[in-house]
Amino acid sequence: MSETTAATDEPVAPDAAPEPELLHGAPVVRVRGQRVVHASRDELVGLVRTLRDEGWLQCLDVIGVDQLANPHRDLPEGIAPERFELVVLLISHSARERLRICVQVPESDPVVPTLFEVHPGTEAMEREAFDLFGIRFDGHPDLTRILMPEDWEGHPLRKDYGIGRIPVQFKDAPDA
Amino acid sequence: MTATEESPHLTDEGAQEMAPRIVAGGTEVLREVGSVLRMSEAEAGEDAPDDAETTIINMGPQHPSTHGVLRLMLELDGETVLRTKPVIGYLHTGMEKTGESLTYLQGGTNVTRMDYASPIFNELAFCLSAEQLLGLELPPRATWIRMLMSELNRLTSHFLFLATNGMDLGSTSMMIYGWREREEGLRILEMITGLRMNHNFIRVGGTAADLPDGWQQRLTEYLDSIPERLEEYEVLMTNQPIWRERLQGVGSITTEEALALGATGPILRSTGYAWDLRRDMPYLAYDQVDFDVIVGTYGDCFDRYAIRLNEVRESVKILRQVIEMMPAGDYRTQDKKVTPPPRARIDESMEALIHHFKIFTEGFKVPEGDAYAAVESPRGELGVYLVSDGSAKPYRMHVRGPSFVNLQVLPHLMHGGLIADAVAIISSVDPIMGEVDR
Repeated sequence: MSETTAATDEPVAPDAAPEPELLHGAPVVRVRGQRVVHASRDELVGLVRTLRDEGWLQCLDVIGVDQLANPHRDLPEGIAPERFELVVLLISHSARERLRICVQVPESDPVVPTLFEVHPGTEAMEREAFDLFGIRFDGHPDLTRILMPEDWEGHPLRKDYGIGRIPVQFKDAPDA
Repeated sequence: MTATEESPHLTDEGAQEMAPRIVAGGTEVLREVGSVLRMSEAEAGEDAPDDAETTIINMGPQHPSTHGVLRLMLELDGETVLRTKPVIGYLHTGMEKTGESLTYLQGGTNVTRMDYASPIFNELAFCLSAEQLLGLELPPRATWIRMLMSELNRLTSHFLFLATNGMDLGSTSMMIYGWREREEGLRILEMITGLRMNHNFIRVGGTAADLPDGWQQRLTEYLDSIPERLEEYEVLMTNQPIWRERLQGVGSITTEEALALGATGPILRSTGYAWDLRRDMPYLAYDQVDFDVIVGTYGDCFDRYAIRLNEVRESVKILRQVIEMMPAGDYRTQDKKVTPPPRARIDESMEALIHHFKIFTEGFKVPEGDAYAAVESPRGELGVYLVSDGSAKPYRMHVRGPSFVNLQVLPHLMHGGLIADAVAIISSVDPIMGEVDR
């Protein structure tokens, strides 16, 4: 079917420009059958709280992504790409559906309000994102390193953090 | 750090002290549910106030029942555990970072080492995610082989749990029995994949090989031996008063708490919440087989034990159906993009040789975008989030390890229990540290 529509001379692809879908004011994109919501940092906590009350009971993960070397991204209109992206995975057991919330986080001010008050289980996930990406979570009860040693310098999953060239850091090793 | 000054439970250590549930308000309980020891480790060890009458002790990382290198900071009031903080990262080797420099073909060898007790699930989630990006359709046999491997792996993983759970609670004969059954399962996995663990058998586009001759007979023999042995377990453990005393009512959790903490798998199901991705959001061909989702009632250690024991029975049921319904055909997709040409073609065609070489050196390119695919691993929802920039290597690979999240339930399960039950609780969460630390 799609080939026949492509063969006609219609200038606009019919499936590419539907009405922009909104979820509580945030634009929604459908990616391979899953809904992806693009929210701003300020909207995030309110959105997740509203969704929780609507039956999105579990927050499965909070994932950091460093988009430094990935300039080609499909973002809905009005969402400016930033260096970091925070992906929050929600699941609704009653609707049997998943939802991703993408939040753009600028490099100059990598702070996102914490989801701890809404989903206490995000505590460890946010610590992981902080540890590996340096995204800070405002209001987090215990924002410390979780996987790397406490005195580690840098955030290893950032794209500008070289691999294979970093001397192994030992705790309490003598200087000379 | 953010504890408010006007917190009613302010102690010398700050506002992190846990209050009895009756005293604590709603938000306070919510905080305690995500309980963290909100002080630095140095403070906790040295500056514990004399009048507080609590002791902070350290358990692990070198402790036989922490299932690897898990370290727990426990605050005790006499024998009662007040607060617990899991300290992890001892096994962190940066596998997510490593994954960014491996092609999609090599990625399987990386992820399979995460949850080393159920490697097939890691590979499966990784491949499903990559296949979502590629938009690949799999031949039915590939899907069913994957299902067979998953369930076989679930058996070995649950037998490992039964063995170590028995060992942690002092039933050393159970350890030997559990190991015996697990070894049998591992031998079949070895027969099919060539390796006992870390198989890298499930590849993007299908599986690495077809099933070997005689697999039905070998598997049927194994499945036939299991029910009888489970009966032995029932006699040895389930029906035994000492075993029940050790587990019943220990480490309870409610559905609301499990959901709030993000717990999945047997921990969530033990609270009576029937959520199993195999049934509720079917992947592979789970919608075509008949099985039950096992749930508990009290959310205690005994329920978690009983759920895993009965899930073994369900897996046996699924495997019997898989043997019967296994379709014929290709074990991997014929899409030339991801599948190398067969060996015989390489001898006669230069192009096939080049193609083969390219796939194994450069890898295949995956379209831009991101995808998340999850499977029900023996420990809960195991998901892989992939971001592709259009190259042959993932731009970002994140694994949602169920153990990592389930481990955060520990402080809550331990709270108010006895130190003697700590081992039983850790064991019932069944964390695999390779997956926690990645």
